[in-house]
Amino acid sequence: MKRNKINERLVEILLRVSASASVLAIIIITFFIFYKGIPLLAKVGIIDFLFNLNWNPTKGSFGIGAMVIGSLAVTLSSLIWSVPLGIMTAILMAEIAPPKFSGILSRLVELLAGIPSVVYGFFGLIVIVPMIRNYLGGVGLSVLAGAIVLGIMILPTIINISRDAINAVPEEYKVNSLALGATHYQSISRVILPAARSGIITAIVLGLGRAIGETMAVLMVTGNSAVIPDSLLSPVRTMTSNIVLEMGYAAGDHQAALFATGTVLFVFIVILNLAVSISMKAGTEDGN
Amino acid sequence: MKIKLKSEEVKVFYKDFQALHGIDIDIYENRVTALIGPSGCGKSTFLRTINRLNELIQGTKTEGRIYLDQKDIYSAEIDVVALRKKVGMVFQKPSVFPMSIYENVAYGPKIHGIKNKAQLDSIVEKSLIAANLWQEVKERVHKPAAGLSGGQQQRLVIARVLAVEPEVILMDEPASALDPISTSKLEELIGELKKNYTIVIVTHNMQQAARVSDYTGFFLNGELIEYSKTKELFVNPRDKRTEDYITGRFG
Repeated sequence: MKRNKINERLVEILLRVSASASVLAIIIITFFIFYKGIPLLAKVGIIDFLFNLNWNPTKGSFGIGAMVIGSLAVTLSSLIWSVPLGIMTAILMAEIAPPKFSGILSRLVELLAGIPSVVYGFFGLIVIVPMIRNYLGGVGLSVLAGAIVLGIMILPTIINISRDAINAVPEEYKVNSLALGATHYQSISRVILPAARSGIITAIVLGLGRAIGETMAVLMVTGNSAVIPDSLLSPVRTMTSNIVLEMGYAAGDHQAALFATGTVLFVFIVILNLAVSISMKAGTEDGN
Repeated sequence: MKIKLKSEEVKVFYKDFQALHGIDIDIYENRVTALIGPSGCGKSTFLRTINRLNELIQGTKTEGRIYLDQKDIYSAEIDVVALRKKVGMVFQKPSVFPMSIYENVAYGPKIHGIKNKAQLDSIVEKSLIAANLWQEVKERVHKPAAGLSGGQQQRLVIARVLAVEPEVILMDEPASALDPISTSKLEELIGELKKNYTIVIVTHNMQQAARVSDYTGFFLNGELIEYSKTKELFVNPRDKRTEDYITGRFG
């Protein structure tokens, strides 16, 4: 009896310690990012830091405007094609394909999610970059290469979460809609997708978060020049690449500027997560 | 009296299991026909052959013929969408779509191509009036339908069916999830609807069948054992099994 009680107590303590450790890690990282980044942000001014296009850290010019635009350009152009493709794949898997085929597809998507990002980057560098160079011109290392590689990388997130959202829609909605004389496609577009809306928005925002935070693959295929891209074929540098490229030799204010870049990314991701929870909440209030 | 629906030798198979063993029945226009029988007797399965909803379940095979106004609904040239527009269905559990009351009712007309706002407004109002729901919801037709009570939701589902202007309405135990007051409102509504529609209702509840229907069919183990005027069937059953069932000896 007594031993049981001690065991139980031990397990409880173990769980508490593990949970506190992960929470503590998050708190420390957050604190550290802000602690290292904020002084420089204060010195340069947030507006100037975010919008100044001149990044010349060794000469005391800290503007990440070009990288902010670079991150947005690569992320948005990857979403433009991967969101429709991902949602349509999810619809196919949840509603149209026979279960067997859907199961195979689901395995393949899982596989896609498990490939390390450096492998995607390598694939992009060896296959996509030369293709862009040969067929479309430019050096190949470009916004477009980043958009293609990133788009593939976030497909699993978009597909899996959208598919779960569609599967969670009660079967009765479909049966009722069909019984009213709707076709299968009308039922999907007018009842099932609207009912799954908040889940699909979550899928897109999480995909967006993953895209904006991705570093290695983007670094390998985008060329990394810190200027504003003037077309899809121009090279571009993202905020994440900026940190990786320069952290090896940065010191003093330069290093602080890299941390400040991290702070900006961090705030961005927090805003995205808030957007997700708000959209989920809106979904439950609709009564689904 | 005009025969609206006629079935001949209707058999339904779910993979290896035969759910219906040849059903022959005549269903009369502007009458309420009740189908009764114990669980698993095939009454719901038969109901779903009339709007071809069984086809949604993989591995289902239907044989035989069902005529709606002398046209075989299982013949190759029948469009299932057009059939389901003519034969509406109300399910056991009211399932309102996650949208406003108005949008729920307007759903059917919209998918069938009506876009005119004024026309939709009038269809929605007419359907809600016909379903005895208008008075209760007219102030909040643009509010989410999920906020209605169970009984109101079931009448909303009926309004949604009426909005498509069907000729036949199938009801699959429509009152089984409702409280007694909502049930009596629904039964009253069924009595009013038969002026304009042909109604086939599956029910577990024999008192309900006796109250609302003009004709009653008794199903057992996938067969139609007896079919006649409701009064006759309940007062003077011809078959011993019918008598056993309605007197509560099994089921």
